[in-house]
Amino acid sequence: MEFLVSLIKAFVVGGLICLIGQIILNKTSFPPAKILVGFVVAGVILGAVGVYRPLLKFCGAGAAVPLTGFGNLLSEGVKEAVKKEGFLGIFKGGFSACAVGISVTIVFGLIIALIFKPKRK
Amino acid sequence: MKKEEYLKYVEETTKRADVKKTFLFSFLFGGLICALGEALRLFFLNFSLNEKDASACVSCFLIILTAILTGLGLFHKIAKIAGAGTFVPITGFANSVISSALEFKTEGFILGVGAKIFVIAGPVIVYGTAASIICGLVFYFITLLGGTI
Repeated sequence: MEFLVSLIKAFVVGGLICLIGQIILNKTSFPPAKILVGFVVAGVILGAVGVYRPLLKFCGAGAAVPLTGFGNLLSEGVKEAVKKEGFLGIFKGGFSACAVGISVTIVFGLIIALIFKPKRK
Repeated sequence: MKKEEYLKYVEETTKRADVKKTFLFSFLFGGLICALGEALRLFFLNFSLNEKDASACVSCFLIILTAILTGLGLFHKIAKIAGAGTFVPITGFANSVISSALEFKTEGFILGVGAKIFVIAGPVIVYGTAASIICGLVFYFITLLGGTI
């Protein structure tokens, strides 16, 4: 039962975050890349002011999987690093927090490029 | 009603229906991807991974799934229906990198894949990093002034 409630929470919050993206996409002529940048920067700011952590606690992956969660990861990483290492942490925290995601993406980009042929659209 | 008026009316109503549909689908697909992520996260937490590692594993799983779907050419078929539902989650970031890698394969592995893999996702990393460094500076000055972060 608890499992199901968590899934529903993640579904609703995650869905709403995506819906916001779709509304911005429809109402403005921003290309998707601009909207993605907006979401990540929004995530960084929301994470920095401490709004994002309660949301993550509430709905788990519902807040972590959208790109705002990626932004939050960056600011959380910087916060930890500054606490631990002071000045150098400013430049260290963001990348080390999102290292796994970016590295896996690059490696699989290469693997997929090796295996598959580009599709003609 | 004249013919032109009627055509205009038809166009407007179908457009409205289309907009409603894209909103509904982006909510549904986005929600489904996040719910899948949550199911995986709870599964990984059961394997005594800590919160951070469990989230990282969820991202990895979704990235790999996106990679396979992109390679098979299925991702953009789903994305056509789901809109922001697939591109706002981490799947969108992964797809923008992996589809660029695949697309620029024709220009070679160094100057094509290597140089252009971040042609779409680059701005996200650049401005995400820049924003995080500004936050880091603010945090640093707060700690210097004796505050807690």
